Amino acid sequence: MKIQIKRYTTEPKLHEAVLEYEVALEDATLLEVLHEIKTKQDPSLSYASGCRSSVCGSCSMRVNEKEVLACAYKVQEGDLVEPLRNAPVIRDLVVDMDKAYAFNAKAKGWLQSSSAKKALTLEDEKRNELQSDCILCGSCYSACPVYSVNEEFLGPFALTRVWKYVSDAREEGISEKIANIQTNGVWDCTLCNECTLVCPQGISSKSDIEKLRSKSAMEGFSDPNFGNFGGGFGFDGSPSF
Amino acid sequence: MRSDVLIIGAGGAGLVAALNAHKSGAKVRVLTKEYPTRSQTSMAQGGINAALGNVADDSVEAHIQNTLKSAHGLANEEAVKLLCEEAPKAVEWLDSIGVPFSRTKDAKIAQRTLGGASAPRACYAQDYTGLKILHTLYDRCNEAGIEILNERYLLNFVVNKDTYDKPYACGATVLNIRTGEVETYESASVIVATGGYSRIYDRYSTNSVGSTGDGIAAALRAGARLSDMEFIQFHPTALKNSAILISESARGAGGYLVNSQGERFTNELAPRDEVARAIVNEIEKGEDVFLDIRHLGEAFIDAELPQERKLARLYENVDPVYDLIPIKPVAHYTMGGIEVDAKSQSKLKGLFAVGECANHRVHGANRLGGNSLLELIVFGIQSGENAAKYAREFDKSIETSAASQSANNFVKGVKYFSNQIDFYEKKAFLGKIFYNNAGIQRDEMGLKAVLGAVRQIQKEIPFMGPRDKSKLYNTNLVEFIEFGNMVELSEIILVCAISRNESRGAHFRSDIPQANDMAYKAHTITWKEDSVLCADFME
Repeated sequence: MKIQIKRYTTEPKLHEAVLEYEVALEDATLLEVLHEIKTKQDPSLSYASGCRSSVCGSCSMRVNEKEVLACAYKVQEGDLVEPLRNAPVIRDLVVDMDKAYAFNAKAKGWLQSSSAKKALTLEDEKRNELQSDCILCGSCYSACPVYSVNEEFLGPFALTRVWKYVSDAREEGISEKIANIQTNGVWDCTLCNECTLVCPQGISSKSDIEKLRSKSAMEGFSDPNFGNFGGGFGFDGSPSF
Repeated sequence: MRSDVLIIGAGGAGLVAALNAHKSGAKVRVLTKEYPTRSQTSMAQGGINAALGNVADDSVEAHIQNTLKSAHGLANEEAVKLLCEEAPKAVEWLDSIGVPFSRTKDAKIAQRTLGGASAPRACYAQDYTGLKILHTLYDRCNEAGIEILNERYLLNFVVNKDTYDKPYACGATVLNIRTGEVETYESASVIVATGGYSRIYDRYSTNSVGSTGDGIAAALRAGARLSDMEFIQFHPTALKNSAILISESARGAGGYLVNSQGERFTNELAPRDEVARAIVNEIEKGEDVFLDIRHLGEAFIDAELPQERKLARLYENVDPVYDLIPIKPVAHYTMGGIEVDAKSQSKLKGLFAVGECANHRVHGANRLGGNSLLELIVFGIQSGENAAKYAREFDKSIETSAASQSANNFVKGVKYFSNQIDFYEKKAFLGKIFYNNAGIQRDEMGLKAVLGAVRQIQKEIPFMGPRDKSKLYNTNLVEFIEFGNMVELSEIILVCAISRNESRGAHFRSDIPQANDMAYKAHTITWKEDSVLCADFME
């Protein structure tokens, strides 16, 4: 089986190339194939991996222009493997995730709760069970067209994290959290749904962002893209005041 | 730049230690060879033990007794008592910081039964317990503003000597994987939280590729002692082809183990060592062994074991709702590690250890399912507080230039090893001979043969080396250094396993299948003196 891998290095100078590899594995995951290439053919091939079972989020990359976890993707003849987008490539299939990770802190993705205990019900637990499945693989940032043009956009997994805590029955800092995501946050998303389509855990950041928008409206915020312009043009091009 | 407490490793143990050292007022820095949330902790599925009695009668005393029984005489009763008594508080703390534990209908934390437990005691979050605990801890570290530096690979600990010539740890040298530069971090105290060494078994391990014992090997080189390194737990149910874990909760919920004839052959909920041996006996008879959870039904499987279903489909092309799951036992958890005292401090002053890399003497010869997540919370808190306290009282100087120089020389030198022998081949070979001869069942002949092979590999290491000579993000280099650490620990495991002429817990000698309390109800302690490996049995 032949696959193509986009290689990238800056050492000794910037060099990019798509290289073809042939491996004898059948019915193998992409991670198994990469391991085979690295250990048997080309030890300089660089990629990240960890658990092999889709929970650590290390081996996200793109195959034929779609984000996948290498450990959960079965290789097909002729596949083109590339690194994630919208993050600096360090080498080959490895990207620098520091910036995307930092959005979790910027978005205040944690529980703010006093020591007073509140017992969660089964229903409470189920409300954000899916959001708490996130593995921070970064596929959503790679697929996000907004993040690709606005690098200050908090982005999908950080906003999903905010929803996870805002929807937690124990959360006491809802207003503060909602106020914090008004700029470069919920209103910047175009609801294109690309993040949902690539999420290996079946999470829809788009729908979490929609829920955060409703919550924002309840907190008195509104979409800065509409209204309050004191004038402008409607969708049909006619002036509206 | 100096910190009060330097933590190596950002898995569950490292992050709990970081939060608690921070809470104690220390300036904390965490280094990880990956990213936080990518560690082995994310893979823990079954749960975390605490005798809450939420779904059936249970008691702390029963938890203590179950743990001691599984430990086969090698646990410290005081440590086990502390672990089990602190458990309800540990779970309460996790709950309070936002871990989304599964709930019962009456709004309590749900609990399930794992092997060796007399009651449903493991609190869980579906089959993502470790993942959800780890991510919540990470969120908490973000809130606290704790500095975490990613992709820093530990080389060695910095050791200085005081005016009485007594050594103390005061920092670490690391390889910045991204830049290829050696970095030296000074710190009043250091906590090792680097995880276990199951990847010595290579493809015969459930573990993440990162479980290569780096911190344990570095601690040994720095002058710490290790204990009970021969005790390695094999998980009975990993997928046959990929060694991917199928959680014990599948058996806890009523899953059966069957052979090719469809016959059950063991008590599925016996401790892991017994179940693993029962499976090996079947395999040696020529049987294939399967996990059968079909009778649990699709709704239950999707609610409680969704990962298992996904992984079995992906790696074995079987759907557990309709098919048997082919399994085999593989290396899962290493009980041995850095010997620590009641304050989580190693023999080397200022060097603390916690999590799977440490031996707090709570698991003894065999760990109970659900006790490792518990351990990293209870002792993570303890080690963080104690390392912070030690740092507050620290009044010595820190000199790192020699350590820095030697780390630089090592990284430069290792790239010029001659490369006549492929280390990846040797790594796979080591895993295979360990699995076959130093695994679930061992005997003197087999162990000695493996030791001979390991000593040969040690001699050959200068003839191996990374073939990739790049400076930037050289994973070939990192994997070679990891291999070096594993070879170093391999020798120790074998020496311990050969010295222990008895069977106890996870250490099963088919040539001596009985325990011998008179001679061996003691810890196997190993250390290095002038680079020579020493071993002894001690209380």
